[in-house]
Amino acid sequence: MAEGTKTIEMEILRYRPEQDKKPFYQTYAVAFDNDWSVLQGLQYIKDELDSSLSFRWSCRMAICGSCGMMINNVPRLGCRTFLRNYYPNKLRVGGLEHFPIERDLVVVVDDFINKLENIKPYLIPKQPLKLEQGEFLQTPEQLEKYRQFSTCINCMLCYAACPQYGLDSKFTGPGILALMHRYNSDSRDDGRDERLKLGHSEQGFWGCTAVAYCSEVCPKSVDPANAINQNKMGSAVDYFLRFISPRGTAK
Amino acid sequence: MKRSNDPIFWLLFGAGGMLSALIGATLVFVSGIGVPLALLVSRDLMRYELMLGFAQHWLGKFIVFAVIVLFLWHAALRIFHMLHDFGIHAGAGAKLICFGLPLLCTVAVAFWLLNLGF
Amino acid sequence: MSAPMDKRHPYTRSMAGWWKRDPYFIRYLAMEATSVLVAVYALILLIGLFRLSQGELAYNGWLGALKSPLSIGLHVLILLVFIYHTWSWFKVMPKTLPALYLGGEKVRQSVITWAGVVLALVLNLLVLFILAGVKP
Repeated sequence: MAEGTKTIEMEILRYRPEQDKKPFYQTYAVAFDNDWSVLQGLQYIKDELDSSLSFRWSCRMAICGSCGMMINNVPRLGCRTFLRNYYPNKLRVGGLEHFPIERDLVVVVDDFINKLENIKPYLIPKQPLKLEQGEFLQTPEQLEKYRQFSTCINCMLCYAACPQYGLDSKFTGPGILALMHRYNSDSRDDGRDERLKLGHSEQGFWGCTAVAYCSEVCPKSVDPANAINQNKMGSAVDYFLRFISPRGTAK
Repeated sequence: MKRSNDPIFWLLFGAGGMLSALIGATLVFVSGIGVPLALLVSRDLMRYELMLGFAQHWLGKFIVFAVIVLFLWHAALRIFHMLHDFGIHAGAGAKLICFGLPLLCTVAVAFWLLNLGF
Repeated sequence: MSAPMDKRHPYTRSMAGWWKRDPYFIRYLAMEATSVLVAVYALILLIGLFRLSQGELAYNGWLGALKSPLSIGLHVLILLVFIYHTWSWFKVMPKTLPALYLGGEKVRQSVITWAGVVLALVLNLLVLFILAGVKP
């Protein structure tokens, strides 16, 4: 160990389903360098102190979305959060809130994965192009309409942030509704009417009460609160106009 | 998939929220502080004859109706959501209170305004 | 053959007291709770309208009650809450709008908030100015 290496206490929420009745905190003293992320701290624990600790991770550079966790009760990416910012205080780490705990920091994300499929997250063009016709053309202005919402890395921090999802997991949730909006706003797409069946329901836009904490925690500045809430006016107008003219919703 | 009926209440909530944000503070000050203490406004601003005349004028009726009714409907949806947020299950009873009471008040306000004549 | 699925026993955490977990949630609930006093004020006016419909004596009873220290204290509280409502309303409003562009640049959400707050200030002062000019 290098001279003058600091040590930080990490309190990790443990849960081994085959032996624990409920989760409990276990504290580890982690010797760290100044550039270490929380993820590196967890890897140190697993490598040096307790190989039974389980957690998801992959790219360690905030693009794969695997290492979402609660750090001092705030949804954050482990690889993008640094131990030096908490030192010399203790650091509390737990699995993403609002998801059932599978084991230690690994949460059950089946609900999220299943819901992803529900919103048809792919282009549904009015007229599919044949290969010889080439690609769909799109201006920079058309791209700008959905670009922000396409940067989501499916890290689910917004789900851990969203109390409406926590209170009722039937709500589709911020990230997936933002993705729905991404496709609805794409000039190459013509599938909005199909997707809006979900959008116009309580599980869609109307399950959101504009807490907007999702947008606060998003590591990619997707702003899911904006993606959802900018659809409310169109959905509301369409609610009344649907008997007269069904295409009320703004793009 | 069942369409949400929230739009009805959300539009009312939005109208009430906007109105209260744009002029609510002044109304609260004038009626609740200014007039009673004769501060910045005349003590007689809300005298019976003046208020009756105001409420009998079509524009006065419109303003009184809009302020009372929209403020109540703004609170209706927010309180309904707050009940849900606190884990109080938003069943038929909650709906009856949160939306039934403002509806009752809307009818009452319309009735009293029309009753005062023109 | 062993069934590893039997060993799974996902643990669901409670949502009790969720709003205490972060100051952000407390601010959210404060914003939502402003609606309670908006309703209280509307009910005060509603009672005034009712009293007006009952005639001069009844109305003057209501008007007199507004002069009590309790009523004035309550209205000071309501006024503070209305001001917080105005601020929080325009803080959230940009989330309900699609991206706006001015001269090719995207308008930042904070700019929309400040525009709304300034508009509210101007309109509130305008109404106050008009009412202050009424000399019965």
